[in-house]
Amino acid sequence: MLLIGAEDEEKWLAEGIAGIQHNAFYLHRALDSNNLRDALKYSAQMLSELRTSKLSPQKYYELYMRAFDELRILEMFFKDESKHGVSVVDLYELVQHAGNILPRLYLLCTVGSVYIKSKEAPAKELLQDLVEMCHGVQHPIRGLFLRSYLAQISRDKLLDIGSDYEGDAETVMDAVEFILENFTEMNKLWVRMQLEGPGRVREKREKERSALQELVGKNLHVLSQIEGVDLEIYKETVLPRVLEQVVNCKDDLSQYYLMDCIIQVFPDEYHLQTLEMLLAAFPQVQPTVDIKTVLSRLMDRLSKYAASSADVLTEFLQVEAFTKLSNAIEKVIKMQVDMPAVGAITLYVSLLTFTLRVHPDRLDYVDQVLGACVKKLSSIPKLEDRWATKQLVALLSAPLEKYNDTVTALTLSNYPRVMDHLDNGTNKVMAMVIIESIMKNNTCISTADKVEVLFELIKGLIKDLDGATDELDEEDFKDEQNSVAKLIHMLYNNEPEEMLKIICIVWKHIMAGGPKRLPFTVPSLVFSALRLVRQMQGQEGDIVGEEVPATPKKIFQLLSQMIEALSAVPSPELALRLYLQCAKAANGCDLEYVAYEFFTQVFVLYEEEIANSKAQVTAIHLIIGALQRMNVFNVENRDTLTHKTTGYSARLLKKPDQCRAVYACSHLFWVDGQDGIRDGERVLLCLKRALRIANAAQQMASIARDSSGPLTLFVEILNKYLYYFEKGNKQITAAAIQHLIELINTEMQSDSATSDAFLASTLRYIQFQKQRGGVMGAKFESIKL
Amino acid sequence: MNYLVGAFKPPCNIFISFTDGRSRKQVPLKKENGKTVMVALFQSQENIVGEVVIEPIHGKKVEHNGVKIELLGQIELYFDRGNFYDFTSLVRELDVPGELYERKTYPFEFSTVEMPYESYNGVNVRLRYILKVTISRNYVSNIVEYEDFVVRNYTPPPSINNSIKMEVGIEDCLHIEFEYSKSKYHLKDVIIGKIYFLLVRIKLKNMELEIRRRESTGSGPNTYVETETLAKFELMDGAPVRGESIPIRLFLSPYELTPTYRNINNKFSVKYYLNLVLVDEEDRRYFKQQEITMYRNLEAS
Repeated sequence: MLLIGAEDEEKWLAEGIAGIQHNAFYLHRALDSNNLRDALKYSAQMLSELRTSKLSPQKYYELYMRAFDELRILEMFFKDESKHGVSVVDLYELVQHAGNILPRLYLLCTVGSVYIKSKEAPAKELLQDLVEMCHGVQHPIRGLFLRSYLAQISRDKLLDIGSDYEGDAETVMDAVEFILENFTEMNKLWVRMQLEGPGRVREKREKERSALQELVGKNLHVLSQIEGVDLEIYKETVLPRVLEQVVNCKDDLSQYYLMDCIIQVFPDEYHLQTLEMLLAAFPQVQPTVDIKTVLSRLMDRLSKYAASSADVLTEFLQVEAFTKLSNAIEKVIKMQVDMPAVGAITLYVSLLTFTLRVHPDRLDYVDQVLGACVKKLSSIPKLEDRWATKQLVALLSAPLEKYNDTVTALTLSNYPRVMDHLDNGTNKVMAMVIIESIMKNNTCISTADKVEVLFELIKGLIKDLDGATDELDEEDFKDEQNSVAKLIHMLYNNEPEEMLKIICIVWKHIMAGGPKRLPFTVPSLVFSALRLVRQMQGQEGDIVGEEVPATPKKIFQLLSQMIEALSAVPSPELALRLYLQCAKAANGCDLEYVAYEFFTQVFVLYEEEIANSKAQVTAIHLIIGALQRMNVFNVENRDTLTHKTTGYSARLLKKPDQCRAVYACSHLFWVDGQDGIRDGERVLLCLKRALRIANAAQQMASIARDSSGPLTLFVEILNKYLYYFEKGNKQITAAAIQHLIELINTEMQSDSATSDAFLASTLRYIQFQKQRGGVMGAKFESIKL
Repeated sequence: MNYLVGAFKPPCNIFISFTDGRSRKQVPLKKENGKTVMVALFQSQENIVGEVVIEPIHGKKVEHNGVKIELLGQIELYFDRGNFYDFTSLVRELDVPGELYERKTYPFEFSTVEMPYESYNGVNVRLRYILKVTISRNYVSNIVEYEDFVVRNYTPPPSINNSIKMEVGIEDCLHIEFEYSKSKYHLKDVIIGKIYFLLVRIKLKNMELEIRRRESTGSGPNTYVETETLAKFELMDGAPVRGESIPIRLFLSPYELTPTYRNINNKFSVKYYLNLVLVDEEDRRYFKQQEITMYRNLEAS
């Protein structure tokens, strides 16, 4: 059916065009022979083709354009009185003799425009007459096109009149009145289309109407082009009249299009000065109109205008643009009950953008916007709508981007309240955005209060939110927690006292996050605290004697709490490392007791938690490394700890591990530096023990696998020997080294092992030292290879 | 000039002319044979002055019992063909009985002739004025020559000329209020007015204004009424809504109208009506007819 309809339409259009062409042919002939009578006759017949009701607006437009072109030629003819010999006044009457109204009015408009140009009669009267006579066409499409023709043909004259400032403002007003009148009537016709014709689909009709919207909007465009329309006229006449029409027509499409049109067509400056009036219209439109888009566009335009030059900013302040916009939004939201959350949020986003551009210094405005948004959202439990969420993220991101400084956002009391309305996933995303912003701008958050607020903001990352049951992506989770860890480093204050407060707050928050998060966040915090300790250590001289709330001792207490918390995870290896770090710091602070305590914790952990042999090896080496550098311990404590360490070393599972741990232990008895312990005997003891273990390992290997064992162990031990030998350990003699080298050589022969690169290098080193001469050369002289 | 041409060759030619014939205004007049000729225009109370020239052919002698000229105002009713009613008849004797040998000129004059009615050419009736020259003869038929002329009478603009204003409608369907600025119009007048829609519940398609002429002839049971639509003027295209006001501006000059004639010599009347017609989408017509009075005012020319 529809297809046939379209075909028929094509046919009718073709017929119409043929009719126009046919009559146009005779019209041209009449024009060529200056025959006015025939010209009128054929032009009227030609225009009769426009009386059709069968065409859709698009097709009708095609037909109209054909006739329009011909009318232009006719207008030229009318202009030239010498051709037809009839004065324009008489012509004006003559064309009105046509019996059919549509051709009559087209001709009347054509002559009318010539008449105005001739200035033989006041333009005002002619314009009024034309716009009044056009009332005769009440058919929406035909009427719209007729009036559009009137607007088009009178346009250049109106611009002339409107610019004619020399006369007086009256003439400008005449032009304005005319356009407004024509606009009003066109809009009425346009709106009426909606009610026309039964049985037609609403959707189709709306589509047809949209096709015609520009005809109506054109009037506003012309108005904006008239030079004489200054702010005064716009404010007093144009805008009130247009708005009245918009509000009264009560038509969705029309209201939407026209409001948008007003905003796009007239200069920003006018909008700013008439803001109150313009905004007052918004709440009055139909509840179903998508007014938020229009309002957003207005705010976008205004904010761009504000950004264009600094001079205009004062105007914005003068007219209190923000307050007005904000009130308008509130009203619109109140009026449009059915507006989805996304609509309201979009409005707030626009308002916020506006505020940030126009009043970057007014944080209270920003907060106010957020507050209003919260108020609106409070009626909705949680946002499910994807678009709404997106808009909300935009709302929250805007201040961050603008101020490049998250601290600013922290002062906005409504910011976290808005965040509460995000769903968990988005909340996290938003928190990430915040963190990224901080990282990007290298913002240092330096007060405890701000830290408190910040953690409140990003609590989606810090702890499990209520009702968060969804399975988390492991990767995402890691990313998030790493971000939090990074963030902790950005919280810094030079004042130890404040810094301690910050640490306490952070600790409080990450405690709440549960064991899952601790491995990520605790290290950061520990190191942050350790930094504080070191800083205090540096300032120690200054604060002596004062009542200091933030003492290293306190911090260490806190640190041990933190690390202890990790046991709940459990993450013993991490805890062990952190303990060692703390011990080192305590060492730096000269707090023997504290350091000892940390070491105790280390050993407890080692004994109770670390069962994996590999982990044990790593742990032992770490402990050895840490312990070696400790210098606060008295002899007794140190003995206890070294003894314990060597003990654990020897009790490792694998022989090579045992061997390596034991020779590493030798370092515990030989510390470089002035006060270092240099217990050569025990060093030798360790090395010998290592050698024994290596031997045992060798034997075990040959029995078990009938192959050469770890010769490397011997070479490694040899290197230790050489080290201590060079360091001047008296217990390590050249003979012992000589002996060891021989031992290695025999082992190699018996095992027919391939020559070992490590060994070769070691031997080459000895050779090198021998040849170097001097003290060292003399020392090595006795070693024979 | 009209010649009587026939089998009987008249022995003479008769020419009737007006003294101010060259300067007098000429208007078209439709004759019985359908041809339009230009004839002199007079109005009531004018002096009709001229001369009659009688020119015998080839020096033939014309014997006559006298020559006279008559001014006749006649009403001719077509359904009563051949029956003329002379409402005006004036005679001037031009010559006593005798013989005519050569061309002879007779001046004549009808002073301040009362010609109350206008010339009119209608569907069923004709009112005409003629000058009739008769050369009376014995035994043979008289020689007669006619000269038509047209009478138009001008009336001053009426002192009272109220507008026509009326509210009409069909209950709960259509209510309109229309207004024509005047009830009396001259022939080149413009009808200005508007139609205001108070209630529109039917789907209108268009609206037009018709000018209708009603010619009634005869009287009593023999009254013949003929109505013609002289103009159809579209006022509105499409369906208006409530509160809409549609302007009317109809120039009367293109139409061939006459003044309103009321009971001319008890023979006929010509009246004019404005008929407002509204057509709905099913082509049903709703109309309201109003009489208007036409008059002829003194043309500026």
